[in-house]
Amino acid sequence: MTAVTVSRQDRTEHQQRRRRRIFSYVAMGIFAVVFLFPLVFMFVSSLKPDGQILSDVRSLRAFLPVGDISLDNYVGVFDRVPVARFMFNSVLVTTLIVGLGLVVNSMCGFALSRLEWKGRGVVLAVIIATLIVPFETIAIPMVYWVSKLPTLVFEGAVPKYDFGWLNTYQVQIIPFIANAFSIFLFTQYFSTIPKSLDEAARIDGAGWFTIYRKIVVPLAGPAFATVAILTFLPAWNSYLWPLMVVQEESLRPVMVGMQYFFQLNTAWGEVMAYTSLITLPVLIVFLSFQRAFVSSVAASGVKG
Amino acid sequence: MAAPAAVLLGLFLIVPVLLAFALSFTNARLISPNPPRFVGLDNFVRAFTQDPVFLRSVLNTFLFAIVVVPVQAGLGLLLAVLVNQKLRGVTFFRIVYFIPVVTSIVVVSILWKFMYQPTGLINSFIDTVTFGALQGADWLNNPSTALPAIIVLSIWQAVGFHMLIWLSGLQTIPDELYEAARMDGADAWAQFKNVTWPGLRSTMIFVLVTITIAALGLFVQIDVMTQGGPQDSTTTIVYHAVRKGYREQETGYGAAISLIFFVLVLVIALVQRFVTREKD
Repeated sequence: MTAVTVSRQDRTEHQQRRRRRIFSYVAMGIFAVVFLFPLVFMFVSSLKPDGQILSDVRSLRAFLPVGDISLDNYVGVFDRVPVARFMFNSVLVTTLIVGLGLVVNSMCGFALSRLEWKGRGVVLAVIIATLIVPFETIAIPMVYWVSKLPTLVFEGAVPKYDFGWLNTYQVQIIPFIANAFSIFLFTQYFSTIPKSLDEAARIDGAGWFTIYRKIVVPLAGPAFATVAILTFLPAWNSYLWPLMVVQEESLRPVMVGMQYFFQLNTAWGEVMAYTSLITLPVLIVFLSFQRAFVSSVAASGVKG
Repeated sequence: MAAPAAVLLGLFLIVPVLLAFALSFTNARLISPNPPRFVGLDNFVRAFTQDPVFLRSVLNTFLFAIVVVPVQAGLGLLLAVLVNQKLRGVTFFRIVYFIPVVTSIVVVSILWKFMYQPTGLINSFIDTVTFGALQGADWLNNPSTALPAIIVLSIWQAVGFHMLIWLSGLQTIPDELYEAARMDGADAWAQFKNVTWPGLRSTMIFVLVTITIAALGLFVQIDVMTQGGPQDSTTTIVYHAVRKGYREQETGYGAAISLIFFVLVLVIALVQRFVTREKD
């Protein structure tokens, strides 16, 4: 092969690669527009009066913060519904589900991956089997079940037994603390930490809980991050469950709070302001921890 | 140390599953002075012979899944291949495609409901790009367009998740395999067919199973956007179970529908596993 033909081949290959690169960027750009335009429309519309939102959809103005821009819709939202209360409820419920979940599920993962006990295999098998049960399957029986569970109520300062968990915080939190998939992820991750560390600690007289706290937990940062992220999203976004078990306005989370906007004439500007308000916290968390989010989702697919 | 989790899973997963079985054979009501009475297979007979809305729900759920599963899986793979290239800025695009996934489906549903209004954003867009040649529809109030409209936004919301799953599968395929294929003169399509695709088998099973299970559980979009209408054209199995078992307080019948849903999920997951395993 002469030098001339080689360089010609190189050139066509180079051109081909360039063409492919341009094509890729165009395709990725179009998809970016497709995935972003509804959200841009939402945020921009939340700043406009209803009349202008409806007239702007006929042009690109729909995506630009132009015209009569104000925070009036946000003020309107706070007037119409107890947003601050809904936010507080969602933050409380989400924090407790994620926080208590990390403790309870990691302890279970520890027991399953590092302790020798009778029935361990059976418990692990049952936990993995339950991964196939979608929440929608048990939602209806669970409403029935929690409506029969005993609970403590206070009349003044006097504690009293009563039945029924409906319209409480606990009904939104306790059923979701233990999570089979979180346990599975912890079990897998913990089994990659060398067991010789445990033995060394045991020789020094450490108990199992010390080994869990002092050796395994500090080495399992990525597993904790993954579980926190994977449990945070469904907790913040939960809708079906609180819809059924919490009728009392003061205990409702943000997603169910949206229902107040379905009644009467829909004030779309205010709806867009409300949805922007409840989307922003998640978006900020996601953009700050996007690297961890991406690897968490990837981890959730590993089990294939 | 496994005790707290075991107790909680027992109370809020195992017991409800057992209850789903037990209650489906009773006439239990959510609030009732009478204890549940055993009624045998009545609930199941009722679902399949006397409840046309249930049958319609099964049909709609299947229609939804049959479109969503292949389109969402395929589109997710296409996006994954795009952002798996060694190009500047691909991380930015990965993040952008994932943003709808972190946005609540409740928010997404209400937002698209607004865009689907007769004078909304979607129709203005159709009007503009076709210079008025094509007229949009009243998407959510027309029985023939309501379900397709919901399919579009459901894929839009969830496809970024499966892009990432495909992507992590793609990244397990070693570069040497592509190099070897290039040495043999394989073009881009041949590389995809002979190197990429065979390397994605286990990822594919996971993607298909998770999309199918999620698609069969369709509820929020329906509840927020159409309440099953118009003319039952968007009612789904889970929506019907909630309508009967919760809103109309017929816990026993709702549990029976939930159980049918569960059996469906189980059968489809097993069949998918079986079919995709056989080819090895």
